[in-house]
Amino acid sequence: MDKALQVSAIKDGTVIDHIPANRLFEVINILQLHKCMEMITFGTNLDSKQLGKKAIIKVSNRFFKEKEIDKIALIAPHAKLNTIKNYEVVEKRVVEIPDEIIGIANCFNPKCITNHEKIETHFMVVSKKPIELKCMFCEKITNENQVVIK
Amino acid sequence: MHKSSLISITDFSKHDYLKIMKLAAEFEQNPNQNLLNGKVVASLFFEPSTRTRLSFETAILRLGGRIIGFSDSSSSSVTKGETLHDTIKMVSNYADLIVMRHPLEGSARYASQVSSVPVINAGDGANQHPTQTLLDMYSIIKTQGRLDNINIFLVGDLKYGRTVHSLLQALSVFENPIFNFIAPPELSMPVEYKKFLDQKGIRYFEHTEFTDIISEADIIYMTRVQKERFTDPIEYEKVKNVYILKNKMLANTKPSMRILHPLPRINEIHTDVDSNPQAYYFKQALNGVFTREAIITHILGLK
Repeated sequence: MDKALQVSAIKDGTVIDHIPANRLFEVINILQLHKCMEMITFGTNLDSKQLGKKAIIKVSNRFFKEKEIDKIALIAPHAKLNTIKNYEVVEKRVVEIPDEIIGIANCFNPKCITNHEKIETHFMVVSKKPIELKCMFCEKITNENQVVIK
Repeated sequence: MHKSSLISITDFSKHDYLKIMKLAAEFEQNPNQNLLNGKVVASLFFEPSTRTRLSFETAILRLGGRIIGFSDSSSSSVTKGETLHDTIKMVSNYADLIVMRHPLEGSARYASQVSSVPVINAGDGANQHPTQTLLDMYSIIKTQGRLDNINIFLVGDLKYGRTVHSLLQALSVFENPIFNFIAPPELSMPVEYKKFLDQKGIRYFEHTEFTDIISEADIIYMTRVQKERFTDPIEYEKVKNVYILKNKMLANTKPSMRILHPLPRINEIHTDVDSNPQAYYFKQALNGVFTREAIITHILGLK
């Protein structure tokens, strides 16, 4: 069966592909898709050469902002975003972890000031693979398994 | 006056370190200079630290400045629930400089972003204590005549000890340092610092035995195993008495070698070492005043 037929096509919107199957619900959560009233199709545990099992999300009439794409990058660093207009893919992009992460992730250090006052968190990305974020405040490293998206 | 805070030891360059060393030597010769005349310095100690606070306040008074502040957060509006943000906003309206000690890590960096005047970090939790590092460096240059080619033994709590981490970073900008780490496995130097040294091609050696290997040392830097850093008191009890420096262990060391300790000491240096001319920790504490005079005047652009 053709892969494209496993999840139905959309007219306008965004397709997020190559999400690790076990991170699908985190992506739904960080993008607040449970509050989105547009038509959304989810597929998961689809075969993937790269990831083993992957998930895919198709959202109608929704185009994501840079900050949202950065969030996706932290959870699904191999994800691909396709922008669809009138059933055509008009833009393909691979998410990329930026050099700085501002305001979207929490510091893992319970003694960090950012976990005690209302402060916009700020990390320097010291390694993209595996992900290592250095907090600009407490200087501690938050690693891939510790990343919690705000 | 320009605004440049000192939050982390890496905020300063090698050039800054050397300038602070030179100024500290000048202040040691002539500690009473009226450079802060008419200036108000806020000394905000959200947790008690007698030595650091008195050393800073002595430095400010010797420079002719005046001090406002508190020595414990129980005597500030923090007890009413005021945020650090609001305290710093308010105080930076009153003072020309803020010296701050706070139990939360990253608090000093945040204060420097909020404040309209420079902030000097006098310790933010287990993170940074840059003025301690500068006074340690001043003690090294004063006793060894150099900061290059120093063979330093760091002993005790190398996992949580912020002073050893900062000193390692600072000495790594000088020529050819050799680091020797002596710690029980539970308190060994974190991987990130070893990786940092590897990247810079700096030699280091790890030991678990505290034996005659110290004969090569220029500096032995002792640290206290701090109870408050442990979540499990049994772990603390296991390691607190592992390394104790005794006078008889110093027999084969270089006569020029000096023993440093950020103080307070508990039992990690036996009192029989105190009368040995190699014991330098009490003079090291006095160097703190001169170094802090140097840092304050440098930051405020007065020297």
